[in-house]
Order: sequence, then C-alpha cells, then structure tokens
Amino acid sequence: MYRETDIIQTIPGTDEMVINVGPQHPSTHGVLHLVITIDGETVKKVEPHLGYIHRSIEKMCESLSYRQFIYTTSRMDYLSAHINNHACALAVEQAMGIEVPLRAQYIRVVMDELTRIASHCLWWGSVAMDCGAVTPFFLAFREREMINTIMEETCGARLTMNYMVPGGVMFDLHPNFQRDTKTFLAHFRSKIDEYDELVTGNIIFQNRLKGTGYISKADAISYGCTGPTARGSGVSCDVRKWYPYEVYQQVQFDEILETAGDSFARYLVRLAELRQSISIIEQLIDEIPAGEFQAKTKAVLKPPKGEFYSRVETARGELGVYIVSEGGTTPYRIKFRSPGFSNLSALDHMVRGQKIGDLVAIMGTLDLVIPDIDR
Amino acid sequence: MTLKQYFKDIFTGVKSLATGMRVTGGYFLRHHKEKITEQYPDNRDKLVLAERFRGEVVMTHDDNNEHACTGCTACELACPNGTIKIITKFDMTPEGKKKKALDTFIYHLELCTMCNLCVEACPTSAITMAPTFEHSVFDRSQLIKKLNKPGSKIREGVE
Ligand code: SF4
Ligand code: SF4
Repeated sequence: MYRETDIIQTIPGTDEMVINVGPQHPSTHGVLHLVITIDGETVKKVEPHLGYIHRSIEKMCESLSYRQFIYTTSRMDYLSAHINNHACALAVEQAMGIEVPLRAQYIRVVMDELTRIASHCLWWGSVAMDCGAVTPFFLAFREREMINTIMEETCGARLTMNYMVPGGVMFDLHPNFQRDTKTFLAHFRSKIDEYDELVTGNIIFQNRLKGTGYISKADAISYGCTGPTARGSGVSCDVRKWYPYEVYQQVQFDEILETAGDSFARYLVRLAELRQSISIIEQLIDEIPAGEFQAKTKAVLKPPKGEFYSRVETARGELGVYIVSEGGTTPYRIKFRSPGFSNLSALDHMVRGQKIGDLVAIMGTLDLVIPDIDR
Repeated sequence: MTLKQYFKDIFTGVKSLATGMRVTGGYFLRHHKEKITEQYPDNRDKLVLAERFRGEVVMTHDDNNEHACTGCTACELACPNGTIKIITKFDMTPEGKKKKALDTFIYHLELCTMCNLCVEACPTSAITMAPTFEHSVFDRSQLIKKLNKPGSKIREGVE
C-alpha cells in the first residue's frame, strides 16, 4: 500500500513503483490527482483521486430556486457553459410544460454550436501542447477569442454566460451577431485546413497518438463513455441525433464515427465535428425567425411533484440533468450525469501497458475538464 | 519492414514536417501585419468593452440624483448568493401616510457572480450591469458598496 503523502514509493518484492501525478500538475489541465503504478516505464495501473475541486454543486442546487440553480452549472464544464445551461433549462421547461419560442430555439442551437467550436479549439491547442507542440495553442486561442468576443457582445460574458433561462434566452441577439458569426465562420473554414497541415499530418504527432490509448467498442460502452471519446471507438451515441432537442431535427449534419478506437481516432472525430458545427451554424444563421426570444413565465417557478430528466450533447459527451421535484420552489434533488466522469473512468483501461510518456497524450485526447468531473 | 518502406517513411515524415513548417514560416513572415495580441495596461485607453458586458451591478441615477428603486427586495430574493441587502425605511407622504422607501442598497461585489438575475427581476429597471472590470482593491471591505448615492431619492411617479 502507498500513502498519498509519499511522492514516490516502491512496492516491496516487485520492481513496481507508485508515483503521484498532480493534483498540481500542468498536464492534467486542472486539479486532478492520478496515482500511477509503474514498472520501469510501463504503466500498470492508474487510479484517479478526486475531490480537490469539489464545490458540492448538486447539494447547493437544492437550496436554490429553479431559476437560480442554472448559473451554477456554468461552473461545471466551463468550456461548455452554454450547453450545460441549456440542459438545465430543458429540464425545467419539461417540468413546467413551457413552450419555447422558435426564435429562442434557433438562438440556443447556434450558441451551443459556437460553444462546441470554442471548446474543441481549446482542446486542439492543448492536445498538441500535451504532445510537445506550442504554436497550435496560440493559433487555437486566436479563433476562440473571436467566439468569446461574439459571446461577450450578445450574452454579456465570455465564459460563464448564464444566457439560457427557462423559457428561452436572457437577451435578444445583438444586432451585429449574425454578421460577426458569418465573418468568423468564413475565417475559421480556412483555419481548419491550417490545423490539418500543422498538426494532423505531422508525423511526430501521428506517431504519438496512433495505436495508443486503445479502447474497444464494447469497453467504451461498458465504461459509459460518451461523446467523441466513444465515437472514436465506433459507438454511435450523439444525443443530437438520437434524441434531438430544439431544432436539431431540422438541420443536416453527420454523426462522426471512427472505428480505430485509439487516441488518433478521437482526435479525428473532434476535428471533423468542428466542420459539422460550422455547417450547422451556416444552415441556421440566416433562418433565425423573428418573434419572442423568451416565453412568458411566472416569476416563481413551481414544477409539479415528479421526476424530470433532460439530456444534451456537450462538447465532451452526454450531459444529463435529473430533477426530483416535491412541488416546492426549490428542487428536492438534482443530479448531473457529467460526461467527463465516465470518460475518466476509462483512462485506467486505456493506459494499462502503455508507456508513461503516452499517459499525458492519451489524457489529452479524452478532453477532460476537471470541474466537470468533480462537481 | 522492407528497405523501400523505410525510405518511404522517412520521405513522408520529412514532407509532413515541411508542410507544418510552411504554416509557421508563413506566420513568421506575416506576423507583423496580423498582430492579434494586445498588451493589457498599454491598451487601456482604446479598450472597448461590449455594452452588455456584465462587470458589476450599478444603480442608475438621473441628473436630479433620483433613482427608480422602490425597495421592493425582488432583486434580493432573485440573487442566488445573498449579494444584495436592501434596507428600507418609511417616508411620510404629503398626505401624511407612511410609505415604504429605500434606505440603503448594499451590494457585496465580492460575492457577486454577475449572473444578471437581479437585473432581470427588478420591476422598475432601477439597476443595471456596468461594463467595468478593474475591481481589485487592497482591502476586502472596500468591495461592499452602497449603490444608492447619498441624498438620492426615488423618482416621481415610479411605483
Ligand atoms: S448579478 Fe447575480 S449574483 Fe450579482 S447581485 Fe445580481 S443576482 Fe446577485
Ligand atoms: S433595485 Fe429593483 S428589484 Fe431591487 S429593491 Fe429596488 S426596485 Fe426592487
């Protein structure tokens, strides 16, 4: 046995050694603590230890009203803040039987996809950095900054927007929104090709990712992986396709599937999803109908007694929001099924038998956001 | 691995590196034309923040030092963090009746998450979000603000 206070400990009678990665390690992208057993350079076991950024969001939500609790979810997966808020708004709307105006539905989907692009951009930069390339990080942040500026103009915040409210969205679109978004898309289309030239085709990058971090389709399902992590192993699990919400039914897009199951397959899925998101926004941006952006709702929301569940596809996978209502003004219980937690649980399976140097690269392709794992 | 494969791998490897170098090389030559980073304190004068940017809650006062807050505490109830504390008093109307009015609007900037729920809740649009962001101070107590200006009173006709 090891004690967590020991940084390195050998296991008597074997050549194995236990080391701690994190909780303050730059490559874990957050306060994640991994206890790794290694034999030489080969990883034998990875044990994630959580709790360093636990804010007890689920418990906190029990004392907040149905309007108030939504803002806390921006702090879970802060790179998909819009999509988290969306999931909560959907659950509350389902509970209250609120009809969302068509304009709000369009705005929500466009915002979701912009968030997805921003999130995947950041991931692309950081996965390249995990493999030792520094330049892509700056290129990705350049594109992400454009999205942040668009968000700032319409939603008033760059990261934790709290823009989706039960019944619609908080403000109407900014008059410049459509113009700016189209400018961004035109700019971004050419930049994705640059991403491909710079990183995807790079021989060093390919050799680092190809064949490492393999997880089979069956294992991906049994670990509960969702999102690009599962789709890299050929599991069809896109909530936008399977359980369409808002206007996703009307837009044409492909669910990206790769069958290789290794780190490179997960990389390719996310890169292709960027292109799909562009095409979704392009289909919707000129079609946003006029009308209300928020349905008329009561000042105090009191859903009937019962259980309500909604799910959305965030940039990392399926986010589920489960609300138990006792008929009062605050929820009796709220549970979030966050994609990062299940994806992290598959890390041990992926890394066993690989070299320790690949651990960081494999973790990078899982696109972990620690506050999402540890709520 | 055959010898042919070996040389082919070297060739494709070098080619892929050259492709990447072309991208970075392009930036190396063009970078002075498309600079995108700005140094923060230097660009302070020309920094444009979006008008909707949520930086802090402020109470709007007009030229007569009048505001629109009735002291109804709707914003206090809407706030998820207990950031707002409304202290009310009783004013005498000309007819000699007692009328509830705002005494002090206490706003804890250090607790605020800029969620905009209070602004949405206010029935008289007395408060708004201001696009400011340089909030750092040396002592925490300086972050507790009184939003209604001294001597201000409620605007005529606001109920
Ligand atoms: S912005 Fe949100 S946290 Fe801040 S005072 Fe208003 S309701 Fe409270
Ligand atoms: S600011 Fe608005 S909501 Fe708050 S007490 Fe004054 S009138 Fe009521």
